Amino acid sequence: MKTAVIVFPGSNCDRDAAVALERATGKPAEMVWHGNAELPDADLVVLPGGFSYGDYLRSGAMSARSPVMEGVIAHAKSGRPLVGICNGFQVLTEAGLLPGVLMRNADLHFVCKTVGLQITNNETIFTNGYASGQTINVPVAHHDGNYFADDETLDRLEGEGRVAFRYTDNPNGSARDIAGILNDEGNVLGMMPHPERVVDEALGGTDGSALFASLVEALQ
Amino acid sequence: MSKLTQMDTAEITPEMVKEHGLSPEEYDVIVQRLNRAPNYTELGIFSVMWSEHCSYKSSRFHLAKLPTTGPQVIQGPGENAGIIDIGDGDAAVFKMESHNHPSYIEPYQGAATGVGGIMRDVFTMGARPVANMNALRFGEPDHPKTQHLVGGVVAGIGGYGNCMGVPTVGGETNFHAGYNGNILVNAMTVGLVRTDKIFLSAPSGVGNPVVYVGSKTGRDGIHGATMASAEFDDDSDEKRPTVQVGDPFTEKLLLEACLELMQEDAIDAIQDMGAAGLTSSSIEMADKGGLGITMNLDVVPQREQNMTAYEMMLSESQERMLMVLKPGREAEAKAIFDKWGLDFAVIGETTDTGRLILDHNGETVCDIPIRPLADDAPKYQRPWVPTPDAAVLSADQVPAPIDIGEALKKIIASPDIASRRWIYEQYDYTVMADTVQIPGGDAGVVRVHGTNKALAISTDVTPRYCQAGPLEGGRQAVAEVYRNITAVGAKPLAITDCLNFGNPERPEIMGQFVGCLEGIGEACRILDTPVISGNVSLYNETNGQAIPPTPAIGGVGLLKDASKMTTKHFKAEGDAILVIGGGVTGHLGQSIYLREMHGREEGAPPPVDLEMELKAGNFVRGLITEARVNAVHDISDGGLLVAVSEMALGTALGADITVDDANTPLHALAFGEDQARYVVTLAPGDVTSVTKAAEAAGLTVSATGTVCGSSLTINGCAPISIDELTELNEDWLPTFMGAE
Repeated sequence: MKTAVIVFPGSNCDRDAAVALERATGKPAEMVWHGNAELPDADLVVLPGGFSYGDYLRSGAMSARSPVMEGVIAHAKSGRPLVGICNGFQVLTEAGLLPGVLMRNADLHFVCKTVGLQITNNETIFTNGYASGQTINVPVAHHDGNYFADDETLDRLEGEGRVAFRYTDNPNGSARDIAGILNDEGNVLGMMPHPERVVDEALGGTDGSALFASLVEALQ
Repeated sequence: MSKLTQMDTAEITPEMVKEHGLSPEEYDVIVQRLNRAPNYTELGIFSVMWSEHCSYKSSRFHLAKLPTTGPQVIQGPGENAGIIDIGDGDAAVFKMESHNHPSYIEPYQGAATGVGGIMRDVFTMGARPVANMNALRFGEPDHPKTQHLVGGVVAGIGGYGNCMGVPTVGGETNFHAGYNGNILVNAMTVGLVRTDKIFLSAPSGVGNPVVYVGSKTGRDGIHGATMASAEFDDDSDEKRPTVQVGDPFTEKLLLEACLELMQEDAIDAIQDMGAAGLTSSSIEMADKGGLGITMNLDVVPQREQNMTAYEMMLSESQERMLMVLKPGREAEAKAIFDKWGLDFAVIGETTDTGRLILDHNGETVCDIPIRPLADDAPKYQRPWVPTPDAAVLSADQVPAPIDIGEALKKIIASPDIASRRWIYEQYDYTVMADTVQIPGGDAGVVRVHGTNKALAISTDVTPRYCQAGPLEGGRQAVAEVYRNITAVGAKPLAITDCLNFGNPERPEIMGQFVGCLEGIGEACRILDTPVISGNVSLYNETNGQAIPPTPAIGGVGLLKDASKMTTKHFKAEGDAILVIGGGVTGHLGQSIYLREMHGREEGAPPPVDLEMELKAGNFVRGLITEARVNAVHDISDGGLLVAVSEMALGTALGADITVDDANTPLHALAFGEDQARYVVTLAPGDVTSVTKAAEAAGLTVSATGTVCGSSLTINGCAPISIDELTELNEDWLPTFMGAE
């Protein structure tokens, strides 16, 4: 299984994502510079967290227009899995691959803490290693994680089982406690929490491991 | 002089000299050394290099007395940061630095650029920053500026560190009226480097290209170093333009570009442009290499038009580096900086003249010898008077509370003891996925990436102790760092110091400085934690009112096996509790109890027995290494009862404590701040053997107990609900900041 992590200027969870991917797949992830117009052949692509372009303009807005995004969009359109974590989620919404936007946290402060996440839908390639309704503990660390979409979109996301994770104690004001969503086809996941930071018992938990394991399972 | 520009030939007046923070005597020395009057640019250059901030002119004499060497030290003071050996070819690079003056004037940018500056110091040496820490002091909560300053400083620290992707893993925060007019923002960064990939600031070759990389130069921060070397008055707000503006995104790019270039063998020397920007970076590099430097200011990347030589040399624009490359390596270096979208300009070369020569618009605008600027900067043996000894306050001079439980509730919710969650949750403390102990514990702990080793980091000082007894306060600051690092199971290896004091021209302030330094030096010698880097911040005064002496200490220790690490929280019902360490007198002088319950700040600070600290530390660390204890916490502010509470907070586990000492009042046993003590929990079956071993090691087991129930009891006194204590402890800061 081949994996790739996109590195934007200002990405800062690229190494963390690569470490988690290597742990899950046994093979190093390929690090892809944002300026590359072409994406190497990969089964799974991850857009990592960070502050790409300093979050100047709007979080994710500049990266969504990077040369590499053409390849990322093609990858998604081909039905292969794509995950955006934190800043990666923001990039996915700015690129139009996922609906909605991520606004400044409701209390206006950056928030870093471990939050409870309920697995809302475990019948996805990203979450089938979890039990439906299971609560896992995963850290968040963001300033702009307040998910917003119009009611119609939110109803559709919920109706179609495209809400993957919900906060059990909403840290940022997200609509309907949404922490992670899927695209229509179910192959693109965007989530604010950082599963790649909880794949090692020494770091206080391994609740993120099943996400990567689910993908390995689905792709092998 | 014939080629100097018109503006630069303006005659230097005594007013100009004064505006530049130089004394008439210092100006005379400049004239002597140059054999002529300086021009305006040269005066500016001398003024920043000879500012207190850059020259350490008041402190150097005393700093020289600190221990700075040891087998663990790879690089002591004098470089961008210090370096210690942590085995297996790995080294830890660290330093703490102040950004006090700018943070008071503009808290967000002041704090942010403080964090940016200290991270640059660390990655300049080739290290990837892996942990940030801070030590913050604010005025009393009721002061009209405090809330605004706390909010701005915390957001600024988070804004910069979070964007850089470096976890902020701990720190300390105090509130005291003594900081109403001068807050303290001390930032520390720890980085990791392979011992064969360390970069220093001394160039070795003549004719090597001098390269400018990073952000463009603007007019911001001109005279920042001079501002940081003067007192505040009522007009300090007017100094806002001297505060720099941070761009953490550019610094992240600069970090990655520098580390990428450092994989190649292309750099001869490198120095970040911090205080005094292009001036100090070029002069310090040339001085260290025993060389000269010529630079053409026309090619310095500039953000604004028509900048003068003076402005370019004194700008403190952030996110810039100066490098000397090995000859012929310009193209490959430029390719890397181009990739990261950063400016790269060859602006000069090293020479054998020993002079700093600057050309601008086709004319020589500066031609001065480097040695007097750097090495021969003035050095003062300022007069000082020792701080008079404070009388020791005995326990019976401090009234007992009506109810121990009510006293604990008040103290646990007091500004200096309350939970710092509101602060640290604004810092990304888990990025880099190596944080094994998050903020809120005794020390922040980060794993050395890809290994099972970890670094434990703590910042501490107790200013009220330093104020009452500088010598004891200096000792205690180092001892507390030592205990905090020990309490997580690590061996303390070295420290960095950030020495914040008032105006050194006042003998009593200088006396505080000398006293604290003596205590720090003594503690570092006995505890074997040499000082490998540091920073001095003087003139922290407003309208003649000085801050309490605040020599913040940042320490780093090594855990050879991160899986052995301990935390302070109670683990299991039924565990036994032991308090191990030095003897107990119930020392209430300068205690939190005395201040919070009686509004008194009196008496001598608790005496520090450094040999006892060493013995207790080695013993407790031994217990941790042998996995014989389940939770460990050092006793500091608030004494035994606060320490035990902190182990229980948030766990829903309570404790029953017994102190068998009929001669000391209970409130002194509960809240006395006697040093060199740890609270440990362990399996009940190990109590006898551990007690015997402790006594054999010359230590005292001063209290015993059991982890049980959901409340806290001491000597049978009314139980205090842990849930209630937790709520009180957690609520104070969010409530205080809530009205933001």
